[in-house]
Amino acid sequence: MTEWTDITVMVMRKLNYFIKEGVGSIFTHRFMSFASVFIIVACLLIMGSFSLLALNVDRIIDTLEDENQIMVFIDENFTETAARSLEGTISAIPNVTSVEFVSREMALDSFKDLYEDSSLLEDLDADVLRDRYIVYLDDISQMAETQYELAKVDGVVKVNAHLEISEGFIKVRNIVSAVSLLLVAVLLVISLFIMSNTIKLTTFDRREEIAIMKMVGATSSFIRWPFVVQGLILGLLGALLAFLAQWGLYQLVSSNIVSGTGLSFISVIPFEKVSIYILASFLAIGLGVGIFGSIMAIKNYLKV
Amino acid sequence: MVQMTDVFKVYENGTKALKGIDFKINDGEFVFLVGPSGSGKSTIIKLITGEIFPTEGSVIVNDFNMNKIRFSQLPYLRRSLGVIFQDFRLLENKSVYENIAFAMRVIGASNKEIRRRVPYVIDLVGLNDCTKRRPMELSGGEQQRVAIARALINNPKLIIADEPTGNLDPARSLEIMVLLQKINTLGTTVMVVTHEKELVNRFSKRVITLDGGRIISDGMDGYYSYGNEKAELFH
Repeated sequence: MTEWTDITVMVMRKLNYFIKEGVGSIFTHRFMSFASVFIIVACLLIMGSFSLLALNVDRIIDTLEDENQIMVFIDENFTETAARSLEGTISAIPNVTSVEFVSREMALDSFKDLYEDSSLLEDLDADVLRDRYIVYLDDISQMAETQYELAKVDGVVKVNAHLEISEGFIKVRNIVSAVSLLLVAVLLVISLFIMSNTIKLTTFDRREEIAIMKMVGATSSFIRWPFVVQGLILGLLGALLAFLAQWGLYQLVSSNIVSGTGLSFISVIPFEKVSIYILASFLAIGLGVGIFGSIMAIKNYLKV
Repeated sequence: MVQMTDVFKVYENGTKALKGIDFKINDGEFVFLVGPSGSGKSTIIKLITGEIFPTEGSVIVNDFNMNKIRFSQLPYLRRSLGVIFQDFRLLENKSVYENIAFAMRVIGASNKEIRRRVPYVIDLVGLNDCTKRRPMELSGGEQQRVAIARALINNPKLIIADEPTGNLDPARSLEIMVLLQKINTLGTTVMVVTHEKELVNRFSKRVITLDGGRIISDGMDGYYSYGNEKAELFH
């Protein structure tokens, strides 16, 4: 029992020392601390903004995908009953989420609605048209394969799919995702580099102190911890400030989009829906950069 | 205890700093290590403190075999040593008390232990009146006393003083040497590296003389016991 108390007291004493030294160092090197927090905020803000952009583009494409449909025309010799009986076969094709039957009459009515002013359609008989299905897809990147499968169904004479549109969507999504990913990776390296250099400057300032610590027999971990605490606090502070800034920025941009800048048809993801993920990612990156940056910075001083 | 057996040290740039060093310093001894610049004195100190390792031969310091010591054991070796430098190496932003307490704090000592031990050592080196002052407000002799107090604070087995009087006038130098002798009489082994002939000859202690990486004399006969021609070279 006494042994455990002794260990707890010793750990608490060390913890107290590390926190006191780490916090003290932040205030002693105010300018560098401010600079590194600023850089972390800037990097996280850019990373966050691009990730949110990618998320929104993804969502917009998802919405457009829902509206993207394939038109399947049935042989004109099939009766309506025979045409309707194909629904099960078409629904069973992979990647098909739902199907909607449109009879010749319904198709003609919608044509007439569309071209009210034209007298050409007035005497048109519904038999000149074909029964058709509107087929909705799960993944538009597989549109070509689904089109091929639909065309193989007995009784299907024509399949209309807007392949070029689906390819366009996929291309946009891929570009946005790739750019975001690249930016996140580059900014991660930049913030790590800046954080490491900030701590390196602090350690350079304290090299005499570190040399004395080594000389009197302080262990490497004892020397390292105050710097890790310093990096951790700076990373945490940067992450929280970046989160608040991201929140404000997102609200500002999204409210401008909604309140009509010609982009009002786009619905953006509400920040509240993703805030927890943004906060968690910012904290993870901020703390990671802070801790890893300080470990990298102090490494050289601990060799002797 | 320090024991060097047939020690050679060749630096990466090819400099042969030590060429077969043999000596043993027993617990409780007071030893002067003398020799001209480049004779190998600093290399011997670095071998003892574990900053460098021998190219050949064996080095044992306070039961640590320096040929086999692990990196993680170095702090524990250093806690058994107290090192004093010519330029004091005190922290300017800390008071006398804090400079001394710092050496205890960084090895994880409790505040209670620090409060008990620091005043004792301050009293031992005669600095009772300057505990709150910063190093810049002290004379050279007083600063060196702070450095000695810091070296003593963790109760080391061996004190290594590297030119401890190099920056001091003769009167202050003598005071420092008397203080080191006092520490030695209290049971700590003391090794003093110096150039100062008069100072060495005032104390009848063992003198190890180095030249060109070799020991040229080792005995109780005072400084430059190897002959007058050699003595001239040292100036």
